[in-house]
Amino acid sequence: MILAWFFIGLFIAVSAAFMLAPTVMLAIQSVVGDDGLTLEFIQSLGDYRYRVAFQNSLVLSVASATVGVIAGGLIAHAVLKPGAPGWLRATVTSFSAVAANFAGVPLAFAFISTLGSLGLLTQLLKGWGLDLYGNGFSLYSISGLTLVYSYFQVPLMVIIVTPAIEALRPAWREAADSLGANGSQYWRMVGLPVLAPSLLSGWILLFGSAFSAYATAYALTSGNIGLVTTEISNVLSGNVMASPQTGAALSVGMIVVMVGVLALSALLARRAARWMPHR
Amino acid sequence: MNRLGLGGWTVLLLAGIYFLVPLGMTVAFSLWEGGSRYGFASYRVLLGRPELPGSLLLSVELAVATAVALIVVLLPAMIFMNLYAPRMRPVFEFIAALPFVVPAIALVAGLSALFTGPEWLIGSPFYLVIPYFFLALPYAYRALDVGLRALDLTTLTEAGQSLGAGMGQIIRLVVFPNLRSALVGSLLLTLAVVIGEFTFANVLLFRTFAVFMNEIGQHEATEAAALSMVSFLITWGAMLGVLVVGRGRAPVGGGR
Repeated sequence: MILAWFFIGLFIAVSAAFMLAPTVMLAIQSVVGDDGLTLEFIQSLGDYRYRVAFQNSLVLSVASATVGVIAGGLIAHAVLKPGAPGWLRATVTSFSAVAANFAGVPLAFAFISTLGSLGLLTQLLKGWGLDLYGNGFSLYSISGLTLVYSYFQVPLMVIIVTPAIEALRPAWREAADSLGANGSQYWRMVGLPVLAPSLLSGWILLFGSAFSAYATAYALTSGNIGLVTTEISNVLSGNVMASPQTGAALSVGMIVVMVGVLALSALLARRAARWMPHR
Repeated sequence: MNRLGLGGWTVLLLAGIYFLVPLGMTVAFSLWEGGSRYGFASYRVLLGRPELPGSLLLSVELAVATAVALIVVLLPAMIFMNLYAPRMRPVFEFIAALPFVVPAIALVAGLSALFTGPEWLIGSPFYLVIPYFFLALPYAYRALDVGLRALDLTTLTEAGQSLGAGMGQIIRLVVFPNLRSALVGSLLLTLAVVIGEFTFANVLLFRTFAVFMNEIGQHEATEAAALSMVSFLITWGAMLGVLVVGRGRAPVGGGR
C-alpha cells in the first residue's frame, strides 16, 4: 500500500516539477518585467512580426488539418468498403503507421529532394515545360508547408478515423437503401452525423500536431518563415533581439490557442451530442 | 476488382502518387552522383562520417532511457492508480493531456526558464530524458490505459493473493504478461519518436541523430536524402514491430 502511494506520488511529483511548473513559469515570466508586473510582453504579441507568425501558424494548421481530415477520411472509407481487397487494407494501414511517424527533419529533406528549387521532380517538370517556381510555387511558403505537413496529417487521420468508420453498421446503410435513400442522402443524414464527433476530434488532433510542429518547418526553411514555433526557437537561441519574456509570451499564446481549440471542440461535441441522445 | 468504385480508386490512385513520388524521388536523389552518374557514393560518405556513430548511439541511449523511465515511473503509477486509487484518474488524465496542450517548443522554453542548474543535470544529454518522457506520455498513457481497462485488475489481484502471491509476483507474473502487447507497442513507438526527435535536442544544444541530420542537410543535399531514407527505414522497422505485437493497430507518436 505504501509502495502504491509512493509510485503514484512519484509520477505526480515528476509531472508537477517538470511539466506543470515550467508551464506556470512561462505564465509568470510573460507578465513580469524588470520592475514588476507588466503587460508589455503580452502586448508585443500584437507586433507585426508576431502577428504574422500567429497568422501563418493558424493558416497552416487549419489548412493541413482540413486537408488531412478530408483526404484521410476518404482514403479510410475507400479501403474499408466491404468489397475492398484485404491486401489493400493491410498496405494502407501499415503505410499509414510509418508515414504518420515519418516527420520532422527527414520528411523535410525528402520534400527538398523532390520539390525543392533543385529537387528532382522540379527539374523533371521543368524539362517537360512546367516551371513550378516560375509559376509562383515555392516549397518554402505556407502552401508548400501545407503540402509537406499533409504527408503526416493524412495518414494520422487514416489511423484515427478507421475505428469510427468500422463502427458504422452495414444495417444502417441497408435501412437507408430500403427506405429509398441514395448515397448522398445516406451520408448527409446518417453517415456524417454519426461520424461527426470522431471527425471533429480527429481535426483537433491534427490541428494540434501541425500547430506545435517545429522540426519539419525548421529544417525546411531554417526558421525563415515566421511560425510561432520557429519564432520561439529564435528567441531561445538568441537569433533575434528579443527578451526571454517575449518567448514566454509567445509560448503562452500557443497554449491559449490550444486550450481555446479544445474548449471549442468540447462545446461542439456537446451540441452534437444533443442531437444524438443515444451516444 | 471494381467493388471500390471509380471514386474509391481515384482517391487511392491520387494518394498513392502523393505518398510514393517523394519517396521514389528521394531514393533517386540520394543515389545521384552529379551529371548522369548514379551510385552509392552519398551513403558511403555518410557512413564514413565520424560524428554518425556517436550521434546515433546517443539517440538510441536516450530512447532506451526514456523507455526505462516510462516503465519505472508511469507503468507502476498507472497499475496502482487502477487498483487502489481510481479516484485519482482525472488527475492522471489531466497530466497525460498536458503535453498536447503545451507544445514541445513551449515546454522547452519553460524548462530553460525554470532550470538554470545544476550543471550535472542540465549539462548532460540525459537531461533530454525528462522532456522525452512527456513527449511519449500521451500515447503511452493511452495505450496502457486501454490495456489496463481490458484486464479486470482487481479480480486478477485477488485471485493472485488468494493463491498466496505477493504484489511483486502478481505484477511480474500476471499484470506484465497481460500488458505485453500494449507495453511493447508503446515502447517501440517511443524508440521511433525519440530517435527522430529534433525540437528539444536542437534548442538545448545536444548533438543527437536528428540534429546531426539537420546539420548535414544544410550543406550536403544528396547525403541529406540518403539520411532521410535511412530514417524512413528505421521508422518502418519500428512500426512493423508495433503492428506485429499490436495485432494491426497503428500507433500515433509525437514530435514533428
